[in-house]
Amino acid sequence: MTKMTLAKALNAGLRKAMEADPKVLLMGEDVGKLGGVFRITDGLQKDFGEDRVIDSPLAESGILGTAVGLAMRGYRPVCEIQFDGFVYPAYDQIVSQVAKIHFRTHGHVRMPMVIRIPYGGGIGAVEHHSESPEAQFAHTPGLKVVTCSNPVDGYFMIQQAIASDDPVVFLEPKRQYHADKAEVDESTALVDAQPLFTSRVVRAGSDLTLLAYGPMVKTAMKAAEAAAGEGRSVEVVDLRTLSPLDLAPVYESVRRTGRAVVTHEAHSNLGMGSEIAARITEHCFYSLEAPVLRVGGFDTPYPPSRIEEEYLPDLDRVLDAVDRTFDF
Amino acid sequence: MSELLAPTPTGGPDFVQLLTPEGQRVEHPEYSFDVGEADEAEVVRGFYRDMVLTRRIDTESTALQRHGELGIWAQLLGQEAAQIGSGRALRPQDYVFPTYREHGVAYCRGVDPLRLLGLFRGVDQGSWDPRQNNFANYTIVIGAQTLHATGYAMGVQRDGAIGTGDPERDTAVIAYFGDGASSQGDVNESFVFAASYNAPVVFFCQNNQWAISEPIERQSRIPLYQRAHGFGFPGVRVDGNDVLATYAVTQAALQRAREGNGPTMVEAYTYRMGAHTTTDDPTRYRMSEELEKWKLKDPIARVKVYLTRNALADQDFFDEVETEAEQLGARLRDGCKALPDPSPLSIFDQVYVEQTDELAEQRDGYAAYLETFEGAH
Repeated sequence: MTKMTLAKALNAGLRKAMEADPKVLLMGEDVGKLGGVFRITDGLQKDFGEDRVIDSPLAESGILGTAVGLAMRGYRPVCEIQFDGFVYPAYDQIVSQVAKIHFRTHGHVRMPMVIRIPYGGGIGAVEHHSESPEAQFAHTPGLKVVTCSNPVDGYFMIQQAIASDDPVVFLEPKRQYHADKAEVDESTALVDAQPLFTSRVVRAGSDLTLLAYGPMVKTAMKAAEAAAGEGRSVEVVDLRTLSPLDLAPVYESVRRTGRAVVTHEAHSNLGMGSEIAARITEHCFYSLEAPVLRVGGFDTPYPPSRIEEEYLPDLDRVLDAVDRTFDF
Repeated sequence: MSELLAPTPTGGPDFVQLLTPEGQRVEHPEYSFDVGEADEAEVVRGFYRDMVLTRRIDTESTALQRHGELGIWAQLLGQEAAQIGSGRALRPQDYVFPTYREHGVAYCRGVDPLRLLGLFRGVDQGSWDPRQNNFANYTIVIGAQTLHATGYAMGVQRDGAIGTGDPERDTAVIAYFGDGASSQGDVNESFVFAASYNAPVVFFCQNNQWAISEPIERQSRIPLYQRAHGFGFPGVRVDGNDVLATYAVTQAALQRAREGNGPTMVEAYTYRMGAHTTTDDPTRYRMSEELEKWKLKDPIARVKVYLTRNALADQDFFDEVETEAEQLGARLRDGCKALPDPSPLSIFDQVYVEQTDELAEQRDGYAAYLETFEGAH
């Protein structure tokens, strides 16, 4: 057991994946000598060499497009997009190529690729450094989209994503990178870790089901704690996988609680919460005591950082939604 | 055509030509038609046959579209030499990243021409296995494949498959694209990446003068091959209607890549004698006299003149090729109509390597829905 931050856990997970399979390559801007702007790839180029930890020219479409070719040659590229808001130059390669090549080639060509994207706000950054683009990728057939919320998941999920033969968009909550430490048992075999495309109940409760992922899991846990002080028992689910969604445990939970709130930093309109609310309604209609409520970022561009705390769903806005479900 | 973009009328060092439109063999100071141990006349006859068959694939497919058997067809008429010259310069281990117009290159790689039709008939999205012929699927988004080629070449480097001196191991990658694509960010990024890593890739641009309705002057103020110099690797312009010169120039570029000396851009200066696709109407944007001028530079006619004038082929040979073309045309006609529609449920099966529960559920739901119809089986 080692106590580590999410950043260190991801670094350790990447190292382990590179040791396990010589075809695993890391590529991106500043990932080599610098170790990435968040230091997630720190020290890896020194140990694995410039051919396996590739400092790329400053061109996101170029990174993804060359990764496609490397995958076709038998490699397993792990691409780092430096910040969420910089993924759009690569959007065409991701959506039109990475996502579709397996389908287009009738299964002849696989795209075992991971696209790592630090995402979310709350770090006081300038424009384009705080966005949550997950719905855009979850909306794209052919991609799988996952996100970790803590060091243990970070360590195992990154290895599982790299081992996946399908392309995985791997979203890393950047404000959690250096926030908390947790004990990570590196001796656990990958097959014994929780499967990648599954959600997890992280706090049991009986009155309401609160769904969160990535950076919002911490907020959701605090909200559940606060709600408990008011006599409400909130069950919290860390979704972990956004495409495919693993909602069976959620349906089971909502059938017990009768209420659900889903929260994320991304814009509410057509965000993950919209899809999740629709599916819960389809599957749990007769169990629901109230409509499924969403607590998301507003439908504005991400604001200047001095007021980002107003934009980001926080403890109080989550609790407000919890309260509102009891008005029905 | 602006003076700046056009090659000098007599060729010259910036326009490699080894066989004139009149069928005259000419020499070039840097490039020569070298077929090694092979019999040169036989190779040229082979090129002639390849080009005639390629043209037949094209004209037959255009006809199939006119008959409603194909939804659309991307014509290559006029670009046979550019495709056969470059395609025949490839070795089996080399890897090709085509656009959607590389029917002649596909033919050179051994892809059954009938398989090319599926995409245009709408029954598949390219059913050949790219791994069998080292010929990737057609890429429709303009220029995207140049990055794939560069990445593949970076993989070749990591595999140590360049510069070993082993002719069966050293590998080059070739990316096809057009004059229009030269404006795309992806093409320019692929140049940057290839230059930065010295990747073993040949950027083969068929400048056919037109990107649908937009002339080359809309894409570039300088001859395209000169752009390569700005990225730090050589660019060369070849008469793309001259199969011998295209072969020679591509062969040299590929060999340079295989030896580990990095990328080259080849601009094959040619002409799209047909429309962009069967949905296009070039009479709206270009003068017929331009087409008439280029017809005099036909890539096949000049080889026929050369073979005939030098008694390198007799009438029997030309008749045989014509018969073979007829047979190919008939096979394409019959084969196209026999291509089966895919099963509606097949679309669910190849989205992922590892099927997801939610997509399997969607598939099962649709299957159950289909079963509710009368006559369902």
